[in-house]
Amino acid sequence: MKVIEVKQLKKIYNTTEVKVNALNGVDLEFEQGEFAAIVGPSGSGKTTLLNMLGGLDQPSDGEIRIGGTNIQTLSSSQLIDFRLRNIGFVFQAYNLIPVLTALENVEFIMQLQQVPKKERQQRARELLDRVGLGERINSRPAKLSGGQQQRVAVARALASKPKFVLADEPTANLDSKSTENLLDMMEELNRQENITFIFSTHDQRVVNKARRVITLEDGQIISDVRKEQETRTN
Amino acid sequence: MSTNFKLAWRNIWRNRRRTYITAASVFFGVLLSTFMTSMQEGTYSKMIDNVVSFYSGYIQIHHTDYWENKTIDYCFTPDDTLLESLAKNPEIRLIVPRLESFALMAYANNTKGGALIGVDPQKEDEMSHLSQWVTEGSYLKPNDDGILLAVNLAKNLSVQVNDTVVLLSQGYHGATAAALFPVRGILKFPSPTMNNMGGYIDLKTAQNFFSVSNQLSSLVLMVNDYSEVNKQKHLLHNKLGNQYEIMTWDEMDPLTKNMIDADRSGAYITKGILYTLVGFGIFGTVIMMMAERRKEMGIMVAIGMQKGRLSTILFFEIVLLGFIGVLAGFAFSLPFISYFVYHPIPLTGESAKAYEEFGFEPAMYFSAQWFIFARQVLIIFILTLLVFCYPLIKTVRLKLTKALRA
Repeated sequence: MKVIEVKQLKKIYNTTEVKVNALNGVDLEFEQGEFAAIVGPSGSGKTTLLNMLGGLDQPSDGEIRIGGTNIQTLSSSQLIDFRLRNIGFVFQAYNLIPVLTALENVEFIMQLQQVPKKERQQRARELLDRVGLGERINSRPAKLSGGQQQRVAVARALASKPKFVLADEPTANLDSKSTENLLDMMEELNRQENITFIFSTHDQRVVNKARRVITLEDGQIISDVRKEQETRTN
Repeated sequence: MSTNFKLAWRNIWRNRRRTYITAASVFFGVLLSTFMTSMQEGTYSKMIDNVVSFYSGYIQIHHTDYWENKTIDYCFTPDDTLLESLAKNPEIRLIVPRLESFALMAYANNTKGGALIGVDPQKEDEMSHLSQWVTEGSYLKPNDDGILLAVNLAKNLSVQVNDTVVLLSQGYHGATAAALFPVRGILKFPSPTMNNMGGYIDLKTAQNFFSVSNQLSSLVLMVNDYSEVNKQKHLLHNKLGNQYEIMTWDEMDPLTKNMIDADRSGAYITKGILYTLVGFGIFGTVIMMMAERRKEMGIMVAIGMQKGRLSTILFFEIVLLGFIGVLAGFAFSLPFISYFVYHPIPLTGESAKAYEEFGFEPAMYFSAQWFIFARQVLIIFILTLLVFCYPLIKTVRLKLTKALRA
């Protein structure tokens, strides 16, 4: 089942001096359950593409359909609600709400969805258990390590039961052990619960784990490799 | 506790020192303002009380044409409905009848014109403490046939106590009014105008003199609470219709009212400056808070929080900052003000003398009326609303991609 369809996506930044074509006619599709990495050098358009897929920025041209909905037709307020119900985000700097505990951070997104208190508390506990933080539910982000905070961020991203999770450089601030643990955990979630993960990354360890690697350069896709296909081909 | 409020409460304590400093600016603003307003209102209240009890009373009831003409032809006989409604009103503590006109007063070869006021000696003394200004002779007794003369008028006529003055005036509808009045006492008021004014005689004697039996020129009313004056006037007007002219003290004495208003305006400017500084204190904190948390706000909107809800949290934060200061200000100012309400600050030296000469107690008075405190809450709330415009605009205009890169 197609989760995301991108057609002829273009993004042009008009700076005072030059016109920058951040995305230059990108065509892409993601199926449910993919574990994909978007790679490329700095300035290749990875973050721009991820922002477009997440509805955080508007394209200059082209079309993005998520679960069949053309997100460009949504108003600002509808788009916020659409993100809440369909997309999970994991950011490079974790970006948890510092004044909330781990449990409250995970619960928070469900509260925005107006999930009843009892149900959201139970699900938040389950998710934190799932990411290995069952013992730290009452800790605030400042009391958690980088790896632990990123696990809470993953739990938060999954709390809303999204169609897919967008992770922008999720391992950039983590040490190798935390990176490995986090990737294993996300891969497990992907395999067991068929959750779609799309990463933007420079990290080779993420690329190695990904089953699909899309390479961008100068705002265009220069390769789109599916490893299972490669394995099958081989 | 709602999540919005919980988040706001926790957010303001993220930077404790900054919160304390901001709340302190509000605290000092509230403290100074309540103290200043309390002293002002206390002093005004005392001033009005003095002015009112000195002569005019809080409310006067006249014949509908009396105030414009002030002649004996426009006096009235208070009917039963009027007297009954005044007697039954618990807010009116004193009803003082008067009959006022003008007369020529003569002694030997000297003649002077002056006001002649017929009073109920007992009730008049209860209201204006007239007897305390008698410096020579004695105060009027009920049905007295004598006169009390103001000191300067007595000097100009060269009369002493026990001398007899001749009074000549125009009675009701042109009747001639003339009689002899023995001088019972000399009145020395703190006000020079009053010392030139005229004389006081007994009400019944005055009614006979002017040929207006049972009629009055004014019914002077004293109320329990001066802030209720307009309400009482309105109630009386509703009850009595246009049968009588009902005037409040400030309508009869616009000078004092204007003086208080002018003083209030000056104080408004001072308090305006004070609260502008407080407002900028809160504004500075909010600017820093918005700059520091731009990315966090971007994240919140990115993961699905509507901008309206984000604005609500920010609003709670600003209101909380303000009201922590307000509550601390009240906690500190209330005991002080309450103390000074019962223990006015005594004045000394020249200012004390000046007060005493006018027959006022030489002290600074305070007031603890509810509106003094309620006004602070209202001002801080308006300030927070004004300051809130900044985060509101910033939130509405929040560009996600820029905020996330912040």
